Amino acid sequence: MGIGGSDMYRQQILDHYKNPRNYGEIEEPTFTHVGENPMCGDEIRMDVVLDDDEETIERVAFRGDGCAISQASASMLSEKLAGMTVEELDAMDRDDVTEMLGVDISPMRVKCAVLAEKVAQDGADIYFGEKDLDRTSTED
Amino acid sequence: MGHSESEALDVERIREDFPILQREFDGEQVVYLDNAATTQTPEPVVETIADYYRTTNANVHRGLHQLSQEASIAYEDAHDRVAEFIGASGEREEIVFTKNTTESENLVAYAWGLNELGPEDEVVLTEMEHHASLVTWQQIAKKTGATCRYIRVEEDGTLDMDHAREIITDDTAMLSVVHVSNTLGTVNPVAELADIAHDHDAYIFVDGAQSVPNRPVDVEAIDADFLAFSGHKMAGPTGIGVLYGKKHLLEEMEPYLYGGMMINKVTFEDSKWNDLPWKFEAGTPVICQGIALAEACDYLDDIGMENIRRHENELAQYTLERLDDEGDVTALGPPAGVERGGLVSFNLDSVHAHDLSSILNDSAVAIRAGDHCTQPLHDKLGVPASARASFYVYNTREEVDKLIEAIDDARQLFA
Repeated sequence: MGIGGSDMYRQQILDHYKNPRNYGEIEEPTFTHVGENPMCGDEIRMDVVLDDDEETIERVAFRGDGCAISQASASMLSEKLAGMTVEELDAMDRDDVTEMLGVDISPMRVKCAVLAEKVAQDGADIYFGEKDLDRTSTED
Repeated sequence: MGHSESEALDVERIREDFPILQREFDGEQVVYLDNAATTQTPEPVVETIADYYRTTNANVHRGLHQLSQEASIAYEDAHDRVAEFIGASGEREEIVFTKNTTESENLVAYAWGLNELGPEDEVVLTEMEHHASLVTWQQIAKKTGATCRYIRVEEDGTLDMDHAREIITDDTAMLSVVHVSNTLGTVNPVAELADIAHDHDAYIFVDGAQSVPNRPVDVEAIDADFLAFSGHKMAGPTGIGVLYGKKHLLEEMEPYLYGGMMINKVTFEDSKWNDLPWKFEAGTPVICQGIALAEACDYLDDIGMENIRRHENELAQYTLERLDDEGDVTALGPPAGVERGGLVSFNLDSVHAHDLSSILNDSAVAIRAGDHCTQPLHDKLGVPASARASFYVYNTREEVDKLIEAIDDARQLFA
């Protein structure tokens, strides 16, 4: 198939969906933020711990509910972010998410794929006072 | 098919009218089960569209030349044909061509609601309304100070009629109710609801988007004050919807859109409106689509709306039975055995609806996944989304079997 079929569901995606990494809560995160993709009903909350100088991400945990693409993307992102700087997180875009997932995401499903990235970015922006937002929505 | 009840409907013959059904993706023939979203277009309707542009195309109502006269007559007659299709004895004067069901809802909401509703008025809807009606009346209520109330949906997907009788009161100005739910498949008792509304001097607006294409609908038997539906869900083209309104109501209503065609006389100071239904069809109307919709009515009547109703219900019942056998599927709406529209929405325990839809695409099975424009209903049911298989005259049991096989494949992938 071209786009949209089970090409999207390669082993890596299914593995992260069935066995999500860093799933759960962090007790005292530097910041926590939640977002949703109303089209799919996906919801993801991410807890992030920054290092003392608040430049580098130390740990990430997530929890949520939704389709395999959104949840696998959050799981993979939680691994990828550890060790990255906040600046690098801010600079991430859709292409970085696609590359991380390692599959072609059909246009209709891109919002599922980028939800976790948007939640992490908005969470950081809110923490650093650059944004005022209760919830992230892929529709905004 | 092999089932006696369906033999009135020669599906193999019908399928020949829909060449799109022969399309293959990677060697898999498409199984089109997204008919509640839009139906495919049969050859006679496609031919009507092509013929119109090849032989008759002109603007209507104003040209004195031959082409314009022919186009005008065909376009005006199309209104009569659609009126006949839904039992409107007022003929063209009761049939307004719009863009779609949503615009038909908005026409009444703006032209009637905005002028007539006030803070003392209530608009009653159901919890299973499509956004086309729910959002429209919700926003008109905000503008006018009116209150929206919602008839409860029971566990079994039917309306709580006791609740309906309780909240439809003398304060009710409008009852807007979906005839067949596009999510649950429930067939609502619209005639009974019309009686309740009329007992309280309220009007009833029936959303017929999922009923007019699939079953005999007689607006006068229902005693609907307004009824809306879309051409593209009933073998017609996109870009055309219909608003039926009782003549005396349409006469009393102010226009919704202003401009050319909808006027009789214009001075710098004032304008006088054209006759029905043209008063509500400002600007160059949906000429080709209207003529094609009339052809779609002919096509469906040739098959027989009662035959279509039976065929759709049978396919939906068969789908429900097959899904129930799967054990891990939760279907929405009335249980097997209860008459329903030709659609089944469901969720698998282990596979999200969007993942399912993407994976089914591998087997060339086209279904819808999402909230089907009924977000509040999905919220109430506690599911963010559902998968929906919906049928039309050309679908078969074999196609339902392919759907079930594809679901099994998806389940295995996620196991």
